[in-house]
Amino acid sequence: MNLATSIIGIAAYLILAPLAGGLLAGIDRKISARMQGRFGPPVLQPFYDFFKLLEKEPITVNKVQDFYVMCFLIFIVITGCFFFAGGDLLLIIFTLTLASIFLVVAAFSSNSPYAQIGAERELLQMMAYEPMVLIMAVGFYLVNGSFNISDIVTSPVMAIQYLPGIFLGFVFILTIKLRKSPFDLSMSHHAHQELVKGLTTEFSGKTMAVIEIAHWYENIFLLGFVYLFFANALAWSPVLAVVVCLATYFLEILIDNNYARMKWQIAINASWIVAITLGFVNLLILYFIS
Amino acid sequence: MSTIFFLILFPFVVALALLVLKTDAARDIIVKVASIVIAAASIYLTVQYFSSGGKYFEFESETISYLMMGIEVCLAIMIFYLGIKYKKYLASVLAAIQTPIMIWFELSIGHHIHIANNLYVDRLSIVMVLIIGIIGTLICWYSIGYMKDFQHHHHGEADRRPWFFFLMFLFLAAMFGIVVSNNLVWLYFFWEITTLCSFFLIGYTKTKEAINNSFKALIMNLFGGLGFVLAIVVLGKFYGTLELNQMLAMGMMGVSVVLPTALLAFAGITKAAQMPFNSWLLGAMVAPTPTSALLHSSTMVKAGVFLVVKLSPVLGWNIAGIMVMLVGGITFLMASFAAISQSNAKRVLAYSTVANLGLIVACGGIGTYAAVWAAIMLIIFHAVTKSLLFLCVGTAEHNIGSRDIEDMDGLFGRMPKLATFMIVGISGMFLAPLGMLISKWAAMKAFIDSGNVLLVMMIVFGSAATLFYWTKWLGKMVAIMAKRENIQQNVHKEEWLVLTSLTVLTVVICLVFPVMSSFLVVPYLETIYQSVAALALSSGNMYIMSAMLALVVLLPLLFYGKTNKRIVPIYMAGANLGDDLTFRNSMQQPTSVSLRNWYMEDYFAEKRMNIIGVIATVVVLVAAFSILLGGVL
Repeated sequence: MNLATSIIGIAAYLILAPLAGGLLAGIDRKISARMQGRFGPPVLQPFYDFFKLLEKEPITVNKVQDFYVMCFLIFIVITGCFFFAGGDLLLIIFTLTLASIFLVVAAFSSNSPYAQIGAERELLQMMAYEPMVLIMAVGFYLVNGSFNISDIVTSPVMAIQYLPGIFLGFVFILTIKLRKSPFDLSMSHHAHQELVKGLTTEFSGKTMAVIEIAHWYENIFLLGFVYLFFANALAWSPVLAVVVCLATYFLEILIDNNYARMKWQIAINASWIVAITLGFVNLLILYFIS
Repeated sequence: MSTIFFLILFPFVVALALLVLKTDAARDIIVKVASIVIAAASIYLTVQYFSSGGKYFEFESETISYLMMGIEVCLAIMIFYLGIKYKKYLASVLAAIQTPIMIWFELSIGHHIHIANNLYVDRLSIVMVLIIGIIGTLICWYSIGYMKDFQHHHHGEADRRPWFFFLMFLFLAAMFGIVVSNNLVWLYFFWEITTLCSFFLIGYTKTKEAINNSFKALIMNLFGGLGFVLAIVVLGKFYGTLELNQMLAMGMMGVSVVLPTALLAFAGITKAAQMPFNSWLLGAMVAPTPTSALLHSSTMVKAGVFLVVKLSPVLGWNIAGIMVMLVGGITFLMASFAAISQSNAKRVLAYSTVANLGLIVACGGIGTYAAVWAAIMLIIFHAVTKSLLFLCVGTAEHNIGSRDIEDMDGLFGRMPKLATFMIVGISGMFLAPLGMLISKWAAMKAFIDSGNVLLVMMIVFGSAATLFYWTKWLGKMVAIMAKRENIQQNVHKEEWLVLTSLTVLTVVICLVFPVMSSFLVVPYLETIYQSVAALALSSGNMYIMSAMLALVVLLPLLFYGKTNKRIVPIYMAGANLGDDLTFRNSMQQPTSVSLRNWYMEDYFAEKRMNIIGVIATVVVLVAAFSILLGGVL
């Protein structure tokens, strides 16, 4: 991928990702409502909520948490830019980690009981999904001989053929990353939250709006990872990849609505077992055939 | 060559002076002047030999060899005596086996082996000399203030500070010796001196715990020393050389040097506190904090990994290499897990050190170009960041009276400057775009390319654990608690100077690491590896990292702590009584809140992690040596 396409990728991401992400959230809420036998809000409701948040009274619990939340947004956007510029997968994963740490630190800084428990749970979730995410990057590298996304999407092979186990494992931990039940331990949009709003308890108004938009940016490149399993040099593969992305997101909504929240022990046990079985075995086979 | 002699002898002379002079004023001045001189000499050495790719010195001296032998005998007798005095007979036994073998060998075989080059300097030595000469002396400088407080806290006890500073400077001298000796007998001599220095430093307070732990360290390192002696004997008897560069050259030309390599690597593993020998480094935490900082960051354990990195061209996919890889990998994983369960800040740091050394050792074991690059980078970044963290914890301990992370609640309000330094240090240990993460990234890539899928899994899971234990500590540091009294004016100015320098250094070396890589590390690797493969990190990614770092530094400077929003109390389970620490419960009683971290004892209990790690590594070591000895016999 040359400089021009990289710049186009970044520009498109910066402008379109929040729109697509917000729309996805709206569709999510609509489908969830239908699954629960409700009519549901308008599809554009997330945007209405966003603008409403901006108009709230500006209050905060300390002088620093807004700074951390802003850094969270900045580094989420940078992560996405690396992704859509065709950058290095490991660089993307490490930048994403940095961004997530800023959010956790913002919650810790409030020294509020609910926010802190949310922050500790968020950390636990990160520890749960991190191995599988890294294994995914290793898998792509072994298949394509490169960590660069620009090489992966122009490769002659379709990664899913070699990485079926890793794909399933990634979809599994995507439930955590997309903050879906049963693993929405640290925070959630739903009412079944025993920790008030967990991680985000002490955020309000504009700060909350920043977190919302950051999540829209984040969700887009998370689905981008799913895209990578299917996209390659073939002309029709991007279409297939987008369809699979949407199907995956639908599956996550389905899981979200069919499971009650589980205990944190189950989240970490299940994620690590998945990483060791599906991820490790898939890697072993890759090393064996190469 | 005179600079080398100066670097070894000058700290030794200073050490003697500090042993004799007992007044505070004299000690302050000598330590400060000596630190500056040593740091300057290290930099001078760098300038002097930088352009030469690697220089070996033809230098022979019977007298020095006999002098070393004499000192070794004296030291062995001392260990033997101390072992009996404190009823630690194993130490006596080991000393009684090791030194006679060495003397017998030197008098019978070693005597006839011609040593062409006793000393050398190459770019790896330069890296180590700079670490020892700058980080090591900074720690000595810090100790001036710290040890005054220490003596104050322990008043009524004998003032053993002359002894303490004697050992610190002797340690530096021995470390310089290790990194420039090409003659393995000399290397062994300096190696044993560091073992003894750490033994005395750990036992400094002479409490029962300190004495027990110091003997634990001594015994484990004597085991390593025994491995070293056997390696020398094997090399001298079967290969007819005692020079490190000769041995490496033989190995690279296809002669099998697996047995001596494995023995030397074993010595490196004990000194680098790898499992099953990690407990000595944990026990070393009883010593005054500068000791821990010195042992962990720039000396002792770095001597261990230095030797492993030095051996890396003859490691790789042979029995010795596989042994080293697996021991390093297992140690990285299990020590990272064990760190989660710790609330004592020094123990968290200790486990983190053990884990990172594991990573370096594993990289050395793989022995490819990219792996060794990662290992050297890890050594550099770890030395700076870990010394910063240790010294921060030392200062915190003397001012808040505890080294428990739970007691560091609200440190940001009480000691804002110190908390900021700690935040930089903690971030430096695991976050992009800072040093350790960059090196870990390279290490991971090297692991993947090595084809060892087990190692890949170890680094993947170990990294996840690393993220967890550092961030929960970071969370304690950033927490803002209202109405805390600022107590940081009590800190000695020497401590501030050192802490500030190390913090700046942590950031600066991350900014300039692409330059360090291309002028220092890569040229070193080019002298060893004929085929220079692509680096783990493309130069593009390196510059992206530097740019991100600039952003991370700039953002807080511009925007940190600025808000025009109204500040409101936090949400609690009942009405907040206004101080954010108490609320009114449903019975109308005030209830105070206390927040604690997660330690996940059910998953990562320290004891269990150690047992698993020790068993696994013992199996690896026993299997490797059985195979090797089976081949010989």
